[in-house]
Amino acid sequence: MGTIYIDGKPYKADPEQNLLHACLSLGFDLPYFCWHAALGSVGACRQCAVKHFKDAKDTHGKIVMACMTPAVPETRISILDPEAAAFRAGIIEGMMLNHPHDCPVCDEGGECHLQDMTVMTGHNYRRTRFEKRTFHDQYLGPFVYHEMNRCIQCYRCVRFYREYAGGSDLNSFGIGNEVYFGRDKDGVLESEFAGNLVEVCPTGVFTDRTLRRHYTRKWDLRMAPSICAHCSVGCNVTIGERYGLLRRVLTRFNSEVNGYFLCDRGRFGYEFVNSERRIRAAKLDGEFISSEEAKRQLQSLVSSGNRPIGIGSPRASLEANFALRRMVGKDRFFAGMADGEWETTSAMVEILQAGPARSPSLHDIELSDAVLILGEDVTNSAPRMALSLRQSVRQQPLEIVLKLHVPLWMDAAVRDVMQDRKGPLFIAAPGATRLDDVATRTYRAAPDDVARLGFAVAHEIDPAAPEVVALTEEVRELARIIAGALKTAKRPMVISGASCRSRGVIESAANVARALCNSGHPAGLSFIAPECNSFGLALMGARPLREAFSITRNGEAAPLIILENDLYRHFPANSVDSLLGSATRVVVLDHLENKTTAKADLLLPASTFAESAGTLVSNEGRAQRFFPVFPQPNPEDRDVRGDARESWRWLGDPAWLSLDDVLATVAKDLPQLAPIVRAAPPAKFRMAGAKIPRESHRSSGLTSITANISVVEPRPPDDPDSALAYSMEGDTGQPPGALQPFFWTPGWNSIQAVNKFQSEIGDALRGGDPGVRLFDARLSGDRSSQPAAYFTAIPAPFTRRDSEWLIVPIEHIFGSEELSLQSPPVAELAPTPYLALSAVDASALHMEGGTGEVEIELGGVKQRLPLKVLPDLPAGIAGIPAGLTTARGEELPAWSRIERVP
Amino acid sequence: MTVEKPLTQEIPPDGQALGLQGYERSGGYQGLRRALRGMTPQSVQEEVKASGLRGRGGAGFPTGAKWSFTPMGADVPRPKYVIANADEMEPGTFKDRYLMEGNPHQLIDGLILAAYANQADVAFIFIRSEYKLAQERLARAIAEAYSAGYLGTDILSSGYALEMYLHVSAGRYMCGEETGLLNALEGKRANPRAKPPYPQVSGLWGKPTIVNNVETLANVPHIVEKGAAWFQGLSRTKDAGTKLYGASGKVKRPGLWELPMGTTIREILEEHAGGMSDGVCFRGVLPGGASTNFLVEQHLDVPMDYTEVEKAGSRLGTGTMIVLDDRTCPVGMTSNLIHFFAQESCGWCTPCWSGLNWATRILEAMEEGHGKPGDLEKLSFQTKFWSPGQTFCALAPGASEPLESALKFFRDDFERHIREQHCPWRT
Amino acid sequence: MLTAEERQEIEGELAHYPTKQAVCIDAMKIVQRHRGWVSDESLRDIGELLEMSPADLDGVATFYNLIFRKPVGRHVVMLCDSVSCWIMGYERMREHLTSRLGIQFGETTPDNRFTLLPIVCLGACDHAPAMIVNNNLHGDLDPDKIDKLLEECQ
Ligand SMILES: Cc1cc2nc3c(=O)[nH]c(=O)nc-3n(C[C@H](O)[C@H](O)[C@H](O)COP(=O)(O)O)c2cc1C
Ligand code: SF4
Ligand code: FES
Repeated sequence: MGTIYIDGKPYKADPEQNLLHACLSLGFDLPYFCWHAALGSVGACRQCAVKHFKDAKDTHGKIVMACMTPAVPETRISILDPEAAAFRAGIIEGMMLNHPHDCPVCDEGGECHLQDMTVMTGHNYRRTRFEKRTFHDQYLGPFVYHEMNRCIQCYRCVRFYREYAGGSDLNSFGIGNEVYFGRDKDGVLESEFAGNLVEVCPTGVFTDRTLRRHYTRKWDLRMAPSICAHCSVGCNVTIGERYGLLRRVLTRFNSEVNGYFLCDRGRFGYEFVNSERRIRAAKLDGEFISSEEAKRQLQSLVSSGNRPIGIGSPRASLEANFALRRMVGKDRFFAGMADGEWETTSAMVEILQAGPARSPSLHDIELSDAVLILGEDVTNSAPRMALSLRQSVRQQPLEIVLKLHVPLWMDAAVRDVMQDRKGPLFIAAPGATRLDDVATRTYRAAPDDVARLGFAVAHEIDPAAPEVVALTEEVRELARIIAGALKTAKRPMVISGASCRSRGVIESAANVARALCNSGHPAGLSFIAPECNSFGLALMGARPLREAFSITRNGEAAPLIILENDLYRHFPANSVDSLLGSATRVVVLDHLENKTTAKADLLLPASTFAESAGTLVSNEGRAQRFFPVFPQPNPEDRDVRGDARESWRWLGDPAWLSLDDVLATVAKDLPQLAPIVRAAPPAKFRMAGAKIPRESHRSSGLTSITANISVVEPRPPDDPDSALAYSMEGDTGQPPGALQPFFWTPGWNSIQAVNKFQSEIGDALRGGDPGVRLFDARLSGDRSSQPAAYFTAIPAPFTRRDSEWLIVPIEHIFGSEELSLQSPPVAELAPTPYLALSAVDASALHMEGGTGEVEIELGGVKQRLPLKVLPDLPAGIAGIPAGLTTARGEELPAWSRIERVP
Repeated sequence: MTVEKPLTQEIPPDGQALGLQGYERSGGYQGLRRALRGMTPQSVQEEVKASGLRGRGGAGFPTGAKWSFTPMGADVPRPKYVIANADEMEPGTFKDRYLMEGNPHQLIDGLILAAYANQADVAFIFIRSEYKLAQERLARAIAEAYSAGYLGTDILSSGYALEMYLHVSAGRYMCGEETGLLNALEGKRANPRAKPPYPQVSGLWGKPTIVNNVETLANVPHIVEKGAAWFQGLSRTKDAGTKLYGASGKVKRPGLWELPMGTTIREILEEHAGGMSDGVCFRGVLPGGASTNFLVEQHLDVPMDYTEVEKAGSRLGTGTMIVLDDRTCPVGMTSNLIHFFAQESCGWCTPCWSGLNWATRILEAMEEGHGKPGDLEKLSFQTKFWSPGQTFCALAPGASEPLESALKFFRDDFERHIREQHCPWRT
Repeated sequence: MLTAEERQEIEGELAHYPTKQAVCIDAMKIVQRHRGWVSDESLRDIGELLEMSPADLDGVATFYNLIFRKPVGRHVVMLCDSVSCWIMGYERMREHLTSRLGIQFGETTPDNRFTLLPIVCLGACDHAPAMIVNNNLHGDLDPDKIDKLLEECQ
């Protein structure tokens, strides 16, 4: 840190940063547009002008752009200088020449950075008399709405979309004061991260199309801190509600996890909460019953006859699973996953707990400088992680930049120096992946061969790791290259996961990471889990489901309680049928109607993440708390939310009055999960004696709305589970990160207000980044000098069969995840089910053209699927979209004949 | 003694190009031979530095100093590039075209020497699309230079290797800005780049790159052949060499003349351009192309060199003058100029894309008789808005020069447009 | 589809540059030389060859004024509208051209014979006013000379 002088006063500033960063970190209100903490400086908008003085004697000074000027010690600047202030107002004037004066009807109004900056500069009088330029808007798909007339040409959109996220279908066109930002023609934006444009654009050019359908101003949204439930990464989100509808999801900054960005599944998957198919009230044998009655029924079921069998859920909170486990006893608690999935999930958790490789945060992944991905199409299985990987390939080339003494924040220069150089990223997977465009090398092979490559890499790194026999020279050479790149890296990273449903792939990844650690190259090892709380469930422990089947098969009839889980997605229909059939009574708790809920004798409405408090464990092993944005249903006030409540409220100990009670019991019963108590402050936490408001200061419609019933204001609903209030009243200081319902501060109404909550711009929240890591305890404890042991079960090479194909699941960001698929805009982009074959295999079936239908048979069930040719699939392998075909209960990979349907 | 005109004296008067033989006969490629045989790259750089040659592309940066930033030695990033900036699009400027059409080998010779001095591996001539004749002649000359062994893998058996390509642009003033040019060559939008790093260190494809104007490079063979002292002696003032001066507008003989650096405006306009056309009087002049400040009557005896023109409140720029006469409306002329800059603004930085457009509309309205009180204040605010450092590159600061000086010298005319609600020069 | 000739010319350019993208402007100009303009389809075809998206290419194409993304007439007339020509009678020349051709800047005659465009300084200021007809520069224009030049374009 050095000293800089701002308007004559000394301040501490990081000399490695620029002056805008310094001013904002110090809490000054200096306006800006083109600069973004994650995107760096390019000096386009010229909004951040300040006066710069050569030395203490210089009184004249010179206007410079703060974002383009390093904060070297002894720098002297003035923000208040009248010339600089006039210049900044002039920039706004220039932008406002063309910007529509339509704030009252604009989607962005009330959370518009341009509005805020306009007020900040004081420009308030229109001096031009000429017409504004106008543009045509484009249809950009179901997520993002386009309104080009509002553009101020800051170039943030294309910089994010193209340079940061790797998209190529959005660009700037034309020059001068008519630069157009859009696609070459109308059409769905191709990037899985397009939704971030909504937040990246400082004004209303790109807005949330889903919000538009049920529009509410930011100030009228009730907001809560939440965790995305649509994959295992656990991005932090802010959810917003009004009048009983969940209206939108925004990024909630967490410097370790998702930073400033989300993926589109996470941002737009929320509408399942508002679905027509929500289960809103309890049903007994198909008849609605009251929640009190439902509780009585459940109680009598549990206390009479055989102890129930409980089936947990990888998409339900830790608390919900815990409540069920406690109710049925741990010997009767079964993992709600297919056995293969459970086995791989448990294996991943064990490996990460054992170390020595550290399970990285997304931030660590972003900073890794050599990456090996085994068996994952990350963009489709853990989308936000792919965005971090896109940044990781910049790490090695950044060395050149540093050598030229170009500061890393100087994005304009950094990209010109780097050009399209990329650091090492190797991807081995059954098919093409959405990161192939930045990969150094790709290797397409069956899961077993992917695993063999991984084992071979480990052996190349550390000869003590088992050797792979019968390896082709080509693969050995590739293994050598990968090993070399990982070994010479400073921060090597191995990424794998459950997509291949292959224990071999996971163990091979573990071997690579261990070989690196054993040979003195501390490596990260990240496993992508199938669902948002798979790791939580695995940490808690459960019995594999096949054992539940055997209990019932042995004729021991008992009630069955199924927690937030459509078993038909995980198991073949006939086994589920027989399991349900053999139970004395079937109790199902869930949010949405599905095949399993249809079979319930007692159906209990479970609240979704948006209506619940609870904890999820991400693939990093980070336990993170989410809080409801909807109040608990009030028995006297039956509204649209009906009787839905957290599953742990349905199943839990009657003595539990709040989430904290559950957490205390978890900590007592399951020491490995005890740290989750610290994932967020308890409900009794107070800021200056007050709760933290979920609503903004300016929330309208707060008084008199029930005047037709009574002039007495109703009391705001209670929240026994958190220190958050369902009200605009409370303390709006700097709450702990986990309790930050939204980012707002006077003068900063847009998402950019996050600046004011960060310890330093772009760094951890002042209240601390949310979440506690669960995998570190053991790692830091006993770091013996013993080298980590290697897995030795190397699979045999894949051999293709004559008339059968190995069917593997292909993950799709839009479609493969159960809940987001119930969100209409996500469903719109989900592929129709297909069977994919390589071109060679398609022609072997005499289907060269790639059109027509085929029939496959999985688990004894035949189904027809349209053929799709995927040129990159290895011969002998076929793919079907995960979670989208009728065969979704069948455990994959599996062999099947493929017949052409004439 | 006749004045020496090293750059142009060999150019055939009939409009044909000087061929390879003609060029060699006049001493062409001799400097190159000498350099490759007996001079280290550093000593070529030294010679150029000592000569005092300054960039003829507009900014007047000392060429030797520019070259001295090129990383030299065995372990520097490669390939290194040199580029001849032949984008000449500055309104009123027509000197580089003449040099390329008349003596293409001179440019190639200079470019090879520049390449050698900076130990470059690849040279580009970046030429604007409209210069078809120059392109043809350069393409032929490059081919001839290859056959004669001046280009290729082992130039004149010296072991030095250089490839040279002609790159034809697709149009835009911004392509002449040296970093915009780099983006254009890379097949990108020709927005300017942030400096530092300077192109010498990280330019084309992130490699060390030198960009020089055509006229600058054309001087190099003569300097290497005849020496720095000779070059210094060509000038009448402290800034060395000769200069191609031009004049356009209503003068009797518009044209281009190579004269000693420091020839006065009066001498150029009166002796070489033959004075004002019949029936018109001199009112002002843009001394070095569209992006320089107007000079007026009182400045006629200013010597046209970097130092003196700057002292007089303008810039030497490209040294090609545009003359304003009393039958031409200064507001209309300014409007035309600002319109040009607005049209060519790349759209990157706000003061430029928004301010130039606004200024154009104010000027056009004024010219059409719709000026309003307060317009002049808005215009002068804009000129300050476009100061160097406040915009991203030098395009908008270039635009502010003619506007600011027009507002100063022709204020009455602007006010009259607003007062009378029409342009007095239009009937 | 690119013709074999176009493809060959583009590939010839690739040899001079370290990246495919560097050739994109040339590629569009090659297509334009053969077809008069660059259609959406050509953009796609060039993109396939150079591994660029249509948006990548169009972003570049729309930056430069000499890449035509709309069809042009058989003869392209470009009149210099910069300062020296403006002083020397540009406005009269423009009026003459627009009335002779019956079109404004940016338009093409209904018989597809002429497209009229403004152009920046052609470096012919000593022979202002100037214009380019089909790549050939003509200076010292007056209405008669313009008529003659138009006459020659069939
Ligand atoms: C908008 C703009 C356009 C320019 N156009 C040209 C040009 O066409 N030719 C040129 O030589 N320099 C041009 N320049 C100057 C170049 O940026 C650069 O200074 C010059 O090519 C360096 O060569 P020199 O040092 O030999 O003069 C332009 C500068 C600006 C800001
Ligand atoms: S001054 Fe700004 S907008 Fe203008 S050309 Fe330069 S960078 Fe582009
Ligand atoms: S934020 Fe500094 S120039 Fe845009």
